Amino acid sequence: MSDLINVSEGAGADVSSGAEAQSDTSVPNESRRNLFKLALGAGAVAIATSKETIAAGVDDVLPPPVIYPPSPTIDPIYWWKESIPAYVYQPKAPVNFDLPAQAVSNTGAGECGRNDIQRFDEFYPAGSENHVYYELHAKEALHQFTLAPNYPAQPIWGYDGKYPGPTFHARYGTPIITRLFNELPQDHVGYGSPELSMHLHNLHTSSESDGFTGDYWSPNKFGPTLNGPGLYKDHCYYNVYAGYENSRNPNHPDYLGPNAIGDWREALGTLWYHDHTLDSTGPNVVKGLAGFYILYDDIDSGNENPDPNNPNALRLPSGDFDVPLMFQDMRFDASGKQFWDQMSPEGAVGDMVIVNGKIKPYFNVQPRKYRLRLLNGGPTRFYEFSLVQGGVAKPFTHIANDGNLLEYPRMNQTKISLGMAERGDIIVDFSAFKGKEVFLVNTLLQTDTRKPGGSTTVAAGNQVLKFKVANTTVADPSRVLTATTKLRNLPPIDLARVAQRRTFEFGRRNGVWTVNGEIFNVNSIRANPKKGTAEIWTLRNTGGGWSHPVHIHFEEGRILTRNGVAPPLHERGRKDVYVLPPNGEVEVYLQFRDFPGKYLMHCHNLVHEDHAMMVRWDMVE
Amino acid sequence: MITRRQMLGGMGAVAAASTAIGWIGMKPTSQSKVMVAGAAHGSDYFSNIELTNHLGQRVKFYDDLIKDKFVVINMMYAQCSEGICPISTMNLKRVQKELGDRVGRDIHMYSITLAADFDTPEVLKKYAEDHKTGAGWQFLTGKFSDIEIIRRKLGFYDMDPAVDANRSQHAGMVRIGSDAYDRWLMAPALGSHENILQVIRHADRAPIKA
Repeated sequence: MSDLINVSEGAGADVSSGAEAQSDTSVPNESRRNLFKLALGAGAVAIATSKETIAAGVDDVLPPPVIYPPSPTIDPIYWWKESIPAYVYQPKAPVNFDLPAQAVSNTGAGECGRNDIQRFDEFYPAGSENHVYYELHAKEALHQFTLAPNYPAQPIWGYDGKYPGPTFHARYGTPIITRLFNELPQDHVGYGSPELSMHLHNLHTSSESDGFTGDYWSPNKFGPTLNGPGLYKDHCYYNVYAGYENSRNPNHPDYLGPNAIGDWREALGTLWYHDHTLDSTGPNVVKGLAGFYILYDDIDSGNENPDPNNPNALRLPSGDFDVPLMFQDMRFDASGKQFWDQMSPEGAVGDMVIVNGKIKPYFNVQPRKYRLRLLNGGPTRFYEFSLVQGGVAKPFTHIANDGNLLEYPRMNQTKISLGMAERGDIIVDFSAFKGKEVFLVNTLLQTDTRKPGGSTTVAAGNQVLKFKVANTTVADPSRVLTATTKLRNLPPIDLARVAQRRTFEFGRRNGVWTVNGEIFNVNSIRANPKKGTAEIWTLRNTGGGWSHPVHIHFEEGRILTRNGVAPPLHERGRKDVYVLPPNGEVEVYLQFRDFPGKYLMHCHNLVHEDHAMMVRWDMVE
Repeated sequence: MITRRQMLGGMGAVAAASTAIGWIGMKPTSQSKVMVAGAAHGSDYFSNIELTNHLGQRVKFYDDLIKDKFVVINMMYAQCSEGICPISTMNLKRVQKELGDRVGRDIHMYSITLAADFDTPEVLKKYAEDHKTGAGWQFLTGKFSDIEIIRRKLGFYDMDPAVDANRSQHAGMVRIGSDAYDRWLMAPALGSHENILQVIRHADRAPIKA
């Protein structure tokens, strides 16, 4: 395939459409059609004689059910013309609230009807100054994905009208309240639902603020697990570590002290918030409802400079050198507007890769170390990224998986894989590339939404982002990591705490996606782990044809085994997305702590999620 | 079979023409043109294929059944042997009951047969009577190949031809949507009827009161 759509820097700009090597969607379909004809013609007994078989004449077999033309070609003169926007690596500013937040929904003032927020008074005691308020306004705005004239400015839905949304910089120990206003057009025509349920993936916060899928709301509507519409909703992000309650309980073995805020080994770093509205998460996220939430503490301090007051600090690249990058696959119609197939139970894999809202943007960097926080925020495409200069994959340091610091850095890595919703933090030292251009390149091939299909070389892969490295000399106070630099201790896996084992099989039946043969029901509790216990969940992909990146809300887990053996090194930290390739299986150790309530597990292929591959689980007292 | 290189050669021109008619070795038929990415769902997409309802009335698919309407559509067949259709029909009956007099007025329910060769209007009339489905819920049949087109347009298909050929696979979903708002959602037919109602309430733009 690489000889067909060549987007390599080596080959220059000769033939590329600028798109992922995807556009032969109809090849498999055409092949299948031929196969189908062949099968029927040859008397494929099992098919042709089943009494449930549709009795189509051989030559009446219809065209492939769906034909997705490729996104319009982008003239290479419009590649690398726009920078990734600076606001994504700069923190959103807090505000003051005229109207205080409260535990009980303030429906009189226009808040949607929701459950009471747990532990509100504990984290926001009257008169306390120790919290920060933010306002988010979800609204329609015009956005340009590229300067190419065949891609017009077009309406998107963004938090604060931005694509992606603004980036939060939060800190453990400082609770946040985010007030989200729904200003989406309620008379919207087309895909996307102007309701909101904002999930913060994967903050350890109470269910009422987790963005449960049935908790969607708008001025006109409310989901099955809320009790009234509203103009806004308050979300409490306590920013405490998992294990908060035990860490303050002198009678518990996990006790740390009276003012502890949980187990610091459970710290999250790179989080993202996105819409989770039932039935419509895919279209709503693709329309732009996603952004970053970065969480710091004294170890991952957000300060690369030596600080005598904080000897624990890792001093990773900070400020403008700490850059989140969101990758989203997207398809555009012939008029250059975003396309989403509302009818298909499988959807169209995006053939364009959007980086922080732009197609083939550039980023000016200094010749020094950067922390890049890579997020696969797209609906259906898997990635394998390499950093390529002069046609050669260059080494970087992998420091975090799913936003969580690994115990030790993984030095000299040349590729990183990201299923949907997976994150990978890497440290890149651009000082070796002064005055040069470096590309982030996807080498994984994928022609439909089902699973990736092979990979190509870094020379033939799809360049999605160009770094232009300044030819200067700059100071770099950030720490030089080595293979023995302790990033963060891993919390122990205590099998003695395991109270229950559960198995979840991810499959397909009657045209929808299933878990244990069942379809999602927002009111049906499929697992009810007890607070204070641990469990082992076996997640199994029973199908040979699909990959499912399975996301578990609220608690980070540890993969005990993958396909029966120890997981690969990069999966030995804490995770919240577990990629299940065809017939794959993982055993995951999970603890259940602090905030009882309803949470979710689901496939993060957003088409699968919107077609019932989701489980409600409730943590109970 | 066309090679990928040949296909790519032709692709730019096709995209430039803003159409996928005849795209990649397909016959330029009215059947294929409707699946074009970006085409608004409307008469071009759904087409005006003629169907016959269980009362023997001839109807045009888009103009008479979809246009400006809020619809709840499933596929079934009278001789459905795997217990799927009876469950979905039962669920939809509960939905119909809950929606009350909105059904037939501003919410329209359609069940389209997957076995047009057997399900004549008379068979469907008997099915409707046996299941005591009331007004506002039409059972529809037509030419088999026409219904196959409609099936795909509604998203009741599987990319795997072997699975796609098993008609019971297509009786497990309900397509719920609004032509005016061009909003199309899907609900599983075999879960609880409350599930289907939730999706109807979601896709319907009428406000819900607390």
